[in-house]
Amino acid sequence: MNKPLSLPDANGLFGSFGGRFVAETLMPLILELQDEYTTAKNDPEFQRQLAYFQGDYVGRPSPLYFAERLTEHFGGASIYLKREELNHTGAHKINNCIGQVLLAKQMGKKRIIAETGAGMHGVATATVAARFGLPCVIYMGATDIERQQPNVFRMKLLGAEIVPVTSGTGTLKDAMNEALRDWVTNVDDTFYIIGTVAGPHPYPAMVRDFQAVIGHETRTQMLEKHGRLPDSLIACVGGGSNAMGLFYPFIDDESVHMVGVEAGGKGVNSGLHAASLNGGTPGVLHGNRTYLLQNEDGQIIDAHSISAGLDYPGIGPEHAWLHEQGRVEYVSATDDEALEAFQICCRQEGIIPALETAHALAEVAKRAPTLPREHLMVVNLSGRGDKDMMSVAHHLGDKFGVKNV
Amino acid sequence: MSSLQKNDMTNASRLEHCFTALKQQNRPALVSYLTAGDPDAETSRRLLHGLPEAGVDIIELGMPFSDPMADGPAIQKAALRALENGQTQAKTLEMVRHFREQNSTTPIVLMGYYNPIYCYGVERFLTDAAKAGVDGLIVVDLPPEHDEELCQPAAQHGIDFIRLATPTTDAKRLPKVLANASGFIYYVSVAGVTGGSAPTPERLEGAVNQLREHTPLPIAVGFGIRTAEQAATIGRFSDAVVVGSALVDCIEHASSGEEAVTRVHGLVKELAESVRGCREAQEEHASLPA
Repeated sequence: MNKPLSLPDANGLFGSFGGRFVAETLMPLILELQDEYTTAKNDPEFQRQLAYFQGDYVGRPSPLYFAERLTEHFGGASIYLKREELNHTGAHKINNCIGQVLLAKQMGKKRIIAETGAGMHGVATATVAARFGLPCVIYMGATDIERQQPNVFRMKLLGAEIVPVTSGTGTLKDAMNEALRDWVTNVDDTFYIIGTVAGPHPYPAMVRDFQAVIGHETRTQMLEKHGRLPDSLIACVGGGSNAMGLFYPFIDDESVHMVGVEAGGKGVNSGLHAASLNGGTPGVLHGNRTYLLQNEDGQIIDAHSISAGLDYPGIGPEHAWLHEQGRVEYVSATDDEALEAFQICCRQEGIIPALETAHALAEVAKRAPTLPREHLMVVNLSGRGDKDMMSVAHHLGDKFGVKNV
Repeated sequence: MSSLQKNDMTNASRLEHCFTALKQQNRPALVSYLTAGDPDAETSRRLLHGLPEAGVDIIELGMPFSDPMADGPAIQKAALRALENGQTQAKTLEMVRHFREQNSTTPIVLMGYYNPIYCYGVERFLTDAAKAGVDGLIVVDLPPEHDEELCQPAAQHGIDFIRLATPTTDAKRLPKVLANASGFIYYVSVAGVTGGSAPTPERLEGAVNQLREHTPLPIAVGFGIRTAEQAATIGRFSDAVVVGSALVDCIEHASSGEEAVTRVHGLVKELAESVRGCREAQEEHASLPA
């Protein structure tokens, strides 16, 4: 086994996963980005600026909160929530956007584009674009625009142009196709802020590094509270950036068990899910080799999830590699399990989580009761659920006397 | 395919023969792009079989993919039409095999994305493609950094790997792009997706001439070429002109398979006539008194 922390290799590979499977038009830019990023990583001035914006603009560090009532409710492991939902814009997404927009400025790019599913990455991108005075175009699937109206409005308020994508199924993968088409057309002046640990090298490594602040803080905070490392880490996985950010600083700590929770939709056996590792096979899409939902002829199959942010038929290549190495355990939670956990979190902790995050909480519901109180479990509370009110009302409205929307 | 035909012309030599013959005729090749299985298997077969007679010199046949990131709306829709009607990699190879039973000279280049090939299995794909009579491959999302995936294995099977050079391919990168290229070089005329805006001929001519200094391979120009006039202008300085989206649009706008065939072959004839005469016109023009 290669030493995990040194990956990817020079070609952007995590074992056989990752790489740079893009059109030639994009290659010079991707190589330039890789050089710029390598320089920035070791540039004290870049790191100083990054730390400044993470602190005063994003509001880091985010608390590591002991969820006392949730712990009592499940009656097992001590549950800690890493409060990424308290970040500016309400999710972990901005950790990455701040980093990438600083790089865009450094490279002299004049225009920002991004894809978005649930809209959290779109909002975070529109936010940093506004802050740095750059015009911003967000590609969003028409289906997602419908189910994430509040975020669409937020992005517009922030000055972004929203381009509805109707090709394919009008969800995240199609938005990413369209963003790639824009990029290849406007390659000279445009910076593409990819929102997850996927895409061509160096994106998976770069996004992971920007998100790793989550894990680094968690480590410090847990050591302060308990003088030892957590026993397990749990995070939801769509593309996998919040999970990678939490896991990465602990990869070499063998005592720390890590669990990634994929969106099981209506069940992995139903065919209607977004669980690429549990229900997919290796393939090449969007610039990298990874596990994909596809048919035997290599055509991509639509993902299904109640959560727009997990509704993607692939997963970051580093997760594919960690899965094959057995370093991280990947499980899935269904729509119904996520909805149930969503409500428990609201009632027990007074925290309304994002539907994406609720998948991680669903795994907590299964796992925590079986573990002793000494077991320290950290859940990445990756985002808040305000954006999901309409989706949740659609599913649970009757129960709360809310008119179905 | 009979063994006689196979002996007459091997896969790798068809492209070479084609370009040599056209050089003697002092005209560029007309390269057509159609997506295999678009709009349906039978119409697609008729479209394919009629191309050489209509005047196509080299056939690019698209392998449909659900997520064609480098293609504009026309070819995206073509891929969806083909997939909805059940097109698969195996059926695309079968189309080539049938075509070869009747035509042993017109080169066929398969164009598409890596994933359907990867899932079919690279070795199995190359074996079947060579057997079917495929001459070359253009795989949009396999830059030279990934030559070990398909480009080098293809050479082992005698299949050319046609490389794309683009307006962003600078002098520093060009040697890498050309290193394992074979068949011809496909110059992407504009940074963008297929079916986009038309390139300006002046800038293009400069780019093509610059490429020539670095490679002995023929140079084809594609992306954004829609009309006979554009084809003629670009054909004056390039070795081949590729027309795709304009042909695919004919299929979209046709109300029947019959009409699609008539329209596509009609446009091909126009284009073919135009590229056949394009250098004569230039010479006449050049010989006019000032």
